[in-house]
Amino acid sequence: MTNSQISKSHISKTYFPKTLYEKIWEHHCIQQLGHGTDLVYIDRHLVHEVTSPQAFAGLRQKNRRVHAPSKTFATMDHNVSTRSREIDAIGEVSEKQLMALTNNCHDNQIQLFDLKHEDQGIVHVVGPEQGLTLPGMTIVCGDSHTSTHGAFGALAFGIGTSEVEHVLATQTLQQQPSKTMRIHVSGPVSKSVSAKDIALHMIQKLGTAGGTGYVIEFCGPGISALTMEGRMTLCNMGIEMGARAALVAPDETTFKYLKGKDHAPKGQHWEQAVTFWKTLKSDEDAVFDQEIQVDGKQIKPHVTWGTSPEQVIAIDEPIPDPASEANLIKQQAMENALKYMGLEAGQKLSDVPVDIVFIGSCTNGRIEDFRAAADQVRGKQVAQGVTAIAVPGSGRVKRQAEIEGLDQIFIQAGFEWREPGCSMCLAMNDDRLEPGQRCAATSNRNFEGRQGRGGRTHLVSPQMAAAAAVHGRFTHVA
Amino acid sequence: MQFFHSGQVLPLDRNNVDTDQIIPKQFLTSVDRDGFAEALFFDWRYHDDGSENTDFILNHPDYQRASILLTQENFGCGSSREHAPWALQQWGFEVIIAPSFADIFFNNCVNNNMLPITLPKKTINDLFALTANITSVQLDIDLANQMIHCGGFAPIAFDIDPEVKRRLLSGLDFIGQTEQHASAIHEFEQRYHEKFPWLNPF
Repeated sequence: MTNSQISKSHISKTYFPKTLYEKIWEHHCIQQLGHGTDLVYIDRHLVHEVTSPQAFAGLRQKNRRVHAPSKTFATMDHNVSTRSREIDAIGEVSEKQLMALTNNCHDNQIQLFDLKHEDQGIVHVVGPEQGLTLPGMTIVCGDSHTSTHGAFGALAFGIGTSEVEHVLATQTLQQQPSKTMRIHVSGPVSKSVSAKDIALHMIQKLGTAGGTGYVIEFCGPGISALTMEGRMTLCNMGIEMGARAALVAPDETTFKYLKGKDHAPKGQHWEQAVTFWKTLKSDEDAVFDQEIQVDGKQIKPHVTWGTSPEQVIAIDEPIPDPASEANLIKQQAMENALKYMGLEAGQKLSDVPVDIVFIGSCTNGRIEDFRAAADQVRGKQVAQGVTAIAVPGSGRVKRQAEIEGLDQIFIQAGFEWREPGCSMCLAMNDDRLEPGQRCAATSNRNFEGRQGRGGRTHLVSPQMAAAAAVHGRFTHVA
Repeated sequence: MQFFHSGQVLPLDRNNVDTDQIIPKQFLTSVDRDGFAEALFFDWRYHDDGSENTDFILNHPDYQRASILLTQENFGCGSSREHAPWALQQWGFEVIIAPSFADIFFNNCVNNNMLPITLPKKTINDLFALTANITSVQLDIDLANQMIHCGGFAPIAFDIDPEVKRRLLSGLDFIGQTEQHASAIHEFEQRYHEKFPWLNPF
């Protein structure tokens, strides 16, 4: 491999000025392997029960060991009950998978947040809240929503099981750099608009494949005004734009959030770290492959109407007519979606009753999400015929919510207050929709069958979901 | 001529086919790497009562030996589950042709020695038009020369990342390949932990 073989898109060490993404890449590039591929160092590997057993089995077959157990953390989240902390609560097959994770972590000295651990929870909630996610890191997990951690200015992306095995064995990945996109959101964003609405608005604008091949950096006053929880929600949904990863440059909001977290640097290391983290931003004259401007003032609360996150409208808009879509494949997809969802073009979603309300997931299962939802239900009752569940993203979120009395607000309103887990986001457990049931969900995917075969998912913010629980249908939030 | 793959095309004329459709979540509880062929496109293949949906092309008798999937944009979007390429491969697919793929799915295919081919929309639509008239469209995929041969029709050239091509043609053990750089990784770790001492967990 000679330098002349490096493709134009390849990031060379002499390239100046740089984007945030390019800076992080450079810090982690161990070696150039040729054909534009680099060997990239991984700082943090997060593991869960569903996408790891085959990777550990692969290591065993080849007599390989885990290269850096102390950089690897595991949790149980997808395939767990949110009604019980017993490992066999949802059946033998799930128990076998959870036991496999237990044994694999034990055999390889990997810290595991199992069902009996007070800090167990969803992998993308647990990492950040413990300070396992730090600015400038490379973070991977066998889960597409790993993009969440980009909220801290970390390069974080989902990988497949073969790559999980590669990281376990070597703490590296063979990677090619992505293209870069910057999305600037002007401010101010209306108070009734949450990070979820900003994300849904962008997916509507960009499409679910608009970010394919790109790492997206979000910036501008509309982004810097967001809390860390809001930034996590936004970056989490980056994968629904097809992006390889999403980034927000770290700032005082980030540092304030991290200070004192269990795994955050302490003392002199903290000072050193913050000094370095302040350099983690795109240079002023850095060139992006694509730039997009979003007017924050124009963003309204959103609801998805179809079976793709890009099939989304503002709450006051009618469902679009497939006949007005020029692209025939998209038109067919819209017709299929309307049929599956039991809806018609021109209908307003504020006229559509819901059966189930789900508040939780790696998108919206953090303390701030439950505070926002509780504000909508305080002193009110869940509408007749609606089943509403609130599922904290982790043990820490649950305890904090209980300290603040949020659990009682939900319970008194008629919600079920559950144990942490992925729950109804993907219905890999016993929380799922029945065919035809319509759900206001704070999760991330409204694909056909995602929440259960025949289930109909509408993606919304925690505020909108909670308001739908009280009103029995989608409604504007104040 | 030695082709990377030769086989029959199965057309699936949908965009945004997500990995939840390719293999629904109830099959992800397995700890094994095989046994997923029956789970492929489960919700489209079977009715609620468990009977076969004979309208779905995967159940059509003429396509039972198909090994090249022709489909539309953003194939494999959504979840990172590698179970999706496992299920496709175990059913019989070795090549997938589409205007675009989701990133993680694309990498997962390559890591399982499956070839994802990206073609312009017009070429994709021409291929769909062809499969609408003939059920047994056979393609010969020449990866080395990046050409698709289709009977009497003009061959179709395709672009592919040279690294992906190299990987698929060499069938390397990538972990083994990376392990050859063990000393570079070790030296990097030492430098790195000196520079960023707060990241050193040891």
